[in-house]
Amino acid sequence: MLNIEVNGKAVQANQGETILQVLTRQGIKVPTLCHLPGLAPSGACRMCVVEVEGAPSLIPSCSYPAADGMKIKTNTPQILSARKAIVELLLSNHPQDCLYCIRGGDCDLQRLAKQHGIRNRVFSGERVRREKDTSSPSIVRDPEKCILCGKCVRVCEEVQNVSAIDFIHRGNKTVIGTAYNQGLNVSSCINCGQCVLVCPTAALSEKSHVNDVLKVLSAPGKYVVVQHAPAVSVSIAEEFNYKPGTDIDGKMTAALRKVGFKKVFDTSFTADLTIMEEGSELVKRATGGGVLPMFTSCSPGWIKFVEQFYPEFIPNLSTCKSPQQMMGALIKSFFAEREKIDPANIVSVSIMPCTAKKFECGRPEMGRNSHSDVDYVLTTREFAELLRITGVDPSVLEPETPDTPFGERSSAGKMFGASGGVMEAAVRSAYFLITGGEMPKYTIQELRGMKGSKELRVKAGKIELGAAVVSGLGAARKLMEEIKAGRSDLQFIEVMTCPGGCINGGGQPLRADIEAVKARMNTLHQIDKDAPLRVSHKNTQVKRLYEEFLGAPLGHKSHELLHTHYNKRDVLA
Amino acid sequence: MSTQTKVDKILAGHAFAKRDKIIPILQEIQEAEGYISQNAVVKVSRHLSMPASKIYGVATFYNQFRFKARGKYHIMVCRGTACHVKGSLSALRLVEDCLKIKAGDTTRDGLFSIEVVVCMGACGLAPVISLNGECHAKVTPEKLKNLVEELKLKETK
Repeated sequence: MLNIEVNGKAVQANQGETILQVLTRQGIKVPTLCHLPGLAPSGACRMCVVEVEGAPSLIPSCSYPAADGMKIKTNTPQILSARKAIVELLLSNHPQDCLYCIRGGDCDLQRLAKQHGIRNRVFSGERVRREKDTSSPSIVRDPEKCILCGKCVRVCEEVQNVSAIDFIHRGNKTVIGTAYNQGLNVSSCINCGQCVLVCPTAALSEKSHVNDVLKVLSAPGKYVVVQHAPAVSVSIAEEFNYKPGTDIDGKMTAALRKVGFKKVFDTSFTADLTIMEEGSELVKRATGGGVLPMFTSCSPGWIKFVEQFYPEFIPNLSTCKSPQQMMGALIKSFFAEREKIDPANIVSVSIMPCTAKKFECGRPEMGRNSHSDVDYVLTTREFAELLRITGVDPSVLEPETPDTPFGERSSAGKMFGASGGVMEAAVRSAYFLITGGEMPKYTIQELRGMKGSKELRVKAGKIELGAAVVSGLGAARKLMEEIKAGRSDLQFIEVMTCPGGCINGGGQPLRADIEAVKARMNTLHQIDKDAPLRVSHKNTQVKRLYEEFLGAPLGHKSHELLHTHYNKRDVLA
Repeated sequence: MSTQTKVDKILAGHAFAKRDKIIPILQEIQEAEGYISQNAVVKVSRHLSMPASKIYGVATFYNQFRFKARGKYHIMVCRGTACHVKGSLSALRLVEDCLKIKAGDTTRDGLFSIEVVVCMGACGLAPVISLNGECHAKVTPEKLKNLVEELKLKETK
């Protein structure tokens, strides 16, 4: 225990803590721009400076360890003027277009300028003109708005282990860019959008499809249907000032109808369907000598990661499409036939917590007869924007239920939204597929929580499987290297691109801290606890779909509509 | 010897190299090829198990690396202190305007490239430029313009 003094008050600190950690615990909010909780500090922005008695200059609190006897001051005139000067200098080269900016009103730089009472432009530097990179189907980069805090570079490297972007050039010519400043689309970017979540300005944002969706909603002759992912209902509420972890599933469904969607389907339904297909695939591989371990294929960032970095493991990927694409394929086949609508007139929109889904829906194999199975993907953030534009306030609406034939879901499907959820759902149904009976207890505590890597040995009848759950591609890469080095005790591996799973996806509401993400996860688990239907194989609408249309899991129709293939990908990496 | 094999050969000479060898490797490649190509960055990245963006980031940090092939006529303009005092900035601007490229670039026809260097050690002769390694002392705007125009003319014949 260290005894230090903060603003004249005695405070205790733990060995190894940074000054910033101590101050945060004391309820003193020190402004930061480049700080990323959980990662090593970079100390680049200098916003967090404090005064330490005896030190020759101001000290960056994010990277300086607390020491015994330290006397710290946090708001002397010298500190405040230093912080103000930093913001003023950042603004000197920043476009003054806040009114038109996607992050207007929700920008860290803007907030800091306001907090520090900056009312006029003190420095006017030369405005650097740089082109936007709109080459990626998921993410737009606007280097003019970049303040070089480096958070995106660190997340891409340290969390996701992708490193599509880095600092290029030096000094005042520095930019964040890909190798050879090529477009993101040819880089190793996997479209996960974690960089968007940490970006303090609008230098990184999702490629918006709000206007396209608004246009088709009023286009004559178009039948616009929507699906929403399991992780959206527990996060969208944050955009409307609910506390993190509030589930507004029913109100959200009602809001989607108000906006003008003809049918509202729940992607958790196809999550249940995925379990039937993927579970059967696993049992077939495990009993028939197929390629093991099998990796899940729901997370499109992960798929691209394998295609470009581990092509030798492509046969290990489950051939199942993701729930979004399964739903898309069913809407334009089974649903179109049933309702006697020409698939060409159906516009299929999906609401996803994910930027990579925008990339996924554009993959050439994800469609038939030159129609994409999913036409537009909106992130949770864009969905909130759509609701604001159309003036629909979900908080005042009465909850409604989604439409048949893809409206029923088990809570197992709903749990796809959190890391470990796919595995838990798969184990519940695989147990049934193998033994014909139900598990004595559905909840598998070992697979839950925010840890990047979780493992479990599952016993079902005579079959015993090694299961692993990883989230965040850094954790995934570590496991891949172990398997490459000869590890063979694992048969089924769930990989989610984003740390914690879709609840922390790149399309989710901004400024959510780890506690907010945990709250979203807990809500999904609470939904599971309270649900009457907790296993995918008992979903009656899924059963009916097999009876009326698909036949059996892994059957001919399933193969045509619900399964896909992957290709080795050459990228600039 | 083709481009491919030059880089491969250099990398083979650094068989068990780790990331600390990145600069010597890039220097050797530039020595052999005159510049660092996109292909070379990808190969170095695979060889060192480092992301391509990182290799490119390190390479662009240093002024010594070029990312475009040199032209047939490679013009180096000295921007050292003595040359600066003697007006090397206008010399550089003039060459850039004549060739319609910026320092570090190569013209599309592959004939000319410009590079800024910090000092050639001929300060007594400032301002100095070098054309394919041959020094031209006390250049004036007229001299420079004539030099470039002559070369252009020679190539169109």
